[in-house]
Amino acid sequence: MAPYETDDSARAAEADDRLAGRRKAARYVVPVAVVGVAAATIGLVPALADSGDPDLPKISAQQLIEKIAKSDVQQLSGTVKISTDLGLPDLGGLESGLLSGAAEGHGDSSADPQSKLLELASGTHTLRVAADGPDRGKVSLLDNASEYSVIHNGKDVWGYDSKSNEVFHSTSPDSGHAGEGAGGKAPRDVPATPKDFADEALKSVDDTTSVTVDGTAHVAGRDAYKLVIKPRQSGTTVGAISIAVDAKTGLPLKFTLTPASGGAAVVDAGFTQVDFSRPAASTFAFTPPKGAKVTEGDDLKDAKGGESKDTKGDGPKRLEKEWRKGHEGTADAPGGPKTIGEGWNSIIVLETGGKGMPTGASGSTGNSDVDGFLNSLGDHVTGKFGSGTVFSTRLVNALITDDGKVYAGAVTKAALVKAANAAQ
Amino acid sequence: MSRAESPPKRDAKTENARPMATPTDQGAARKTGPDPRTGRGPSPLWTLGLFRDELVTTFRRWRTIALLGVLAAVPVLIGVAVKIETRGGSSAGGGGGEGPAFIAQITNNGLFLVFTGLAATLPFFLPMAIGVIAGDAIAGEANAGTLRYLLVAPAGRTRLLLTKYATTMTFCLVATLVVAVSAFAVGALLFPLGELTTISGTRIGFAEGLGRALLIALVVAASLTGVAALGLFVSTLTNSGIAAMATTVGLLITVQILDQIPQLHALQPYFFSHYWLSFADLMRDPVYWDGLVRDLGLQGLYVAVFGSAAWARFTTKDITA
Repeated sequence: MAPYETDDSARAAEADDRLAGRRKAARYVVPVAVVGVAAATIGLVPALADSGDPDLPKISAQQLIEKIAKSDVQQLSGTVKISTDLGLPDLGGLESGLLSGAAEGHGDSSADPQSKLLELASGTHTLRVAADGPDRGKVSLLDNASEYSVIHNGKDVWGYDSKSNEVFHSTSPDSGHAGEGAGGKAPRDVPATPKDFADEALKSVDDTTSVTVDGTAHVAGRDAYKLVIKPRQSGTTVGAISIAVDAKTGLPLKFTLTPASGGAAVVDAGFTQVDFSRPAASTFAFTPPKGAKVTEGDDLKDAKGGESKDTKGDGPKRLEKEWRKGHEGTADAPGGPKTIGEGWNSIIVLETGGKGMPTGASGSTGNSDVDGFLNSLGDHVTGKFGSGTVFSTRLVNALITDDGKVYAGAVTKAALVKAANAAQ
Repeated sequence: MSRAESPPKRDAKTENARPMATPTDQGAARKTGPDPRTGRGPSPLWTLGLFRDELVTTFRRWRTIALLGVLAAVPVLIGVAVKIETRGGSSAGGGGGEGPAFIAQITNNGLFLVFTGLAATLPFFLPMAIGVIAGDAIAGEANAGTLRYLLVAPAGRTRLLLTKYATTMTFCLVATLVVAVSAFAVGALLFPLGELTTISGTRIGFAEGLGRALLIALVVAASLTGVAALGLFVSTLTNSGIAAMATTVGLLITVQILDQIPQLHALQPYFFSHYWLSFADLMRDPVYWDGLVRDLGLQGLYVAVFGSAAWARFTTKDITA
C-alpha cells in the first residue's frame, strides 16, 4: 500500500524532525540555565550572608553608650560608604558649577578641602579612611578614576585632588590640635565615619529621646550591637537613628538615620571593610607630585577670613549641624539665632532683617523665570504670621517669611507654621 | 590557512601573497591536520594549528591592521595635544579636571599617558574594533561562502567556534597592548618618566608603575571579552558580516547611552560597559578591588551566557553558505 507507506515515512521524517528540533532547543537550555544560575546567585548570596545575627552577651543601652564613649581606637584602616538622600532637587551640573565658582572665589584650588565638602551632601560615596594615632590620618574620597585625599601627618595637612593634580597644604601649629587648619579638622579623628555621626547623635540623648539596644548585626565582617535612638515627641521629621557598635572596640561601625516619613535612609554611613591593625607608614607620606599646583592654606584662610572657622569639618558633619542647630544654637549667622521648642522639635529662628525670599506672590524679583524657579522649589504658606515660603527636604524644613524671618528645623511643615504663628 | 576572504577587494594583497585556495585545496591546505583516513579525532596539536591559521588570517587582513593603526594613533594624538597645550607651563585639562582620566598627570610622568590612552579608547574605539572582528568571525565566513568549507575539514562546529572566540580574545589583548605600547612610547618620548604618584597620593617606583600599567592593560583586555562574546553570538545569527558588525557596534553604542540615563540605575550594573573604567582602581594605593571584581565577574557572566548561546545557535543552525 504505497500511500500508507508514504504516510508512514512522512510521519517518521516528521518525528525525526521533531526530535532534531527538540535536540536543537535543548542546546538553548544552556545559556538560559547560565542566566538562571547567575540570577539565583546574585539574589541568594546577599540573603545568605545576611542571615544569622551574631550571638552577643546582653548589654543595656547605658552600657553601650559608655562603651562608645570609652572607645579609643587609635589605629585603623577601612572603607566607608556614605549615602545621603536629603531629597534635594538634583541640580546636576549646576551644583558643581556653583561649587567650582565658589572655590574660585576663595583661592582657586580644587584641592581645598572645603570645596569638596558639599559633594558628600548627596548621592553615594565611598571613602577610605586610615588613622594611626592622633597625628596621622588620611581620608580619601573615591571617585571615578580619581581620588581626593586629605592626609594629615604630624604638622602637615595635605589635600590632593588627583583629577586636577592640585595640592592644598596647610600646617597646624600644634599637631595635637590640628583642628586649627582649614582642613585640619577632617583628618584628626577618623572623620566622616560612623563615629562622627554617632557622637553627634548621642549628644541629643535626653528625656525627649528613647534609647534602646535592638539586637545585633554583622557590619563589615564584625559583630556589632545595634543602638536605636528614637525621638519621643511628634512633629519631628527624624524617624529613628540606628547605630551599629563594634562589640569588641566600641567603635560605631554604621550609622543610619531614617526619616519619620519612611522610605530610604536620609543618611546611611557605614564601614564596608575595617581593619584595626596599624596602616603602613607610606599611607601618610605625601610629597606633592612634580608639576602639581600647590595652594598654601594660609592664603585661603586670608581670603576667607573668619568664615573658614565655621565651615571647617566635613560635609556630613555640617549636615548634621544643620538639622541639629536647634540643639546647639551655634552662633554662625548675623543677628544671632534664637531657638524655640526643645529636644527634637527645636526650631531655629533667624532674623535676616532682609525682605525675605522673593516669591511669586509677594515681592517679585521682576524676573518671571527666577520667580518660577523659586516657587518650584518651595511651597507658599500663609498663617497668622503673614505669608512665606517653605523649603523642604526629607529631613530639614525651613520657613522663610516675607518679613525676613527664617524658621528651620528637623520638624514638619505644620510645626514650622505653628511656631511662626506662636512667635507673632 | 588561505581561503577566500570577505570582502575580496580589501584582501587582494593578502591573497596575492598567498594564492587563493580553491575549495578542494581546503583539506590539503591544513597541513597540520591529521590524516582523515585514520578515522581518529583531531589532536590538540591540530586544534592549535587551526587557531594559528585563524590568527594569521585575521591579523593579515588590511582592515585589522587599519583598526590597530587607528588605535595606536589615539595616544599619539593625546600626547601631542597635551604637549602643545602645556608648552606655556599651564596644566592639562584646563586645571579643572576636565578630559579623560589621568590627563592632568601626563606632563609629570609619561607613564600616565598609558592610562589616559586606555581610558580614552576603552569607551568606544577598543570595543568597536572588537565588535568588527567578533561580528565578522562567523557571519563573515558565511558571507564569503567559506564557512561550509571550514566545516568540511574535521574541525567540528564547537571547535571552530572556540577557535574563533580564542582569536577574538587574542585580538582584544593585542588591541589593548597596541594602545598601551603606543602610549608608553609617546609618553616616554614627550614627557619625563620616573617615580609616580598614585591617585591616592602615595608614591610608587617606576618599575612598580610599569607593572601596574601592564596589569591595567590586561584588565582592560579582559573587560572587552564580554563584548567579544556578544559579537560572536550576533555573528552566528546572520549570514551577513556587515549586519553582524553593525549590530554589535550598535548594541555597544546603545548600552553606552543607556548607561548614562539615571532613571535606569537599577539595570546599569548589568551593562557590560558599566564597570569598564574600574581599571583605574588599580592606580589607587592600596588597590580598591570591589569594582574590578565586579567588572571581571560581569564579563565572565557575559562570556558564559553569550558564549553558550552562540554555541547553541551555531551547532544547530543550517549552514547553507
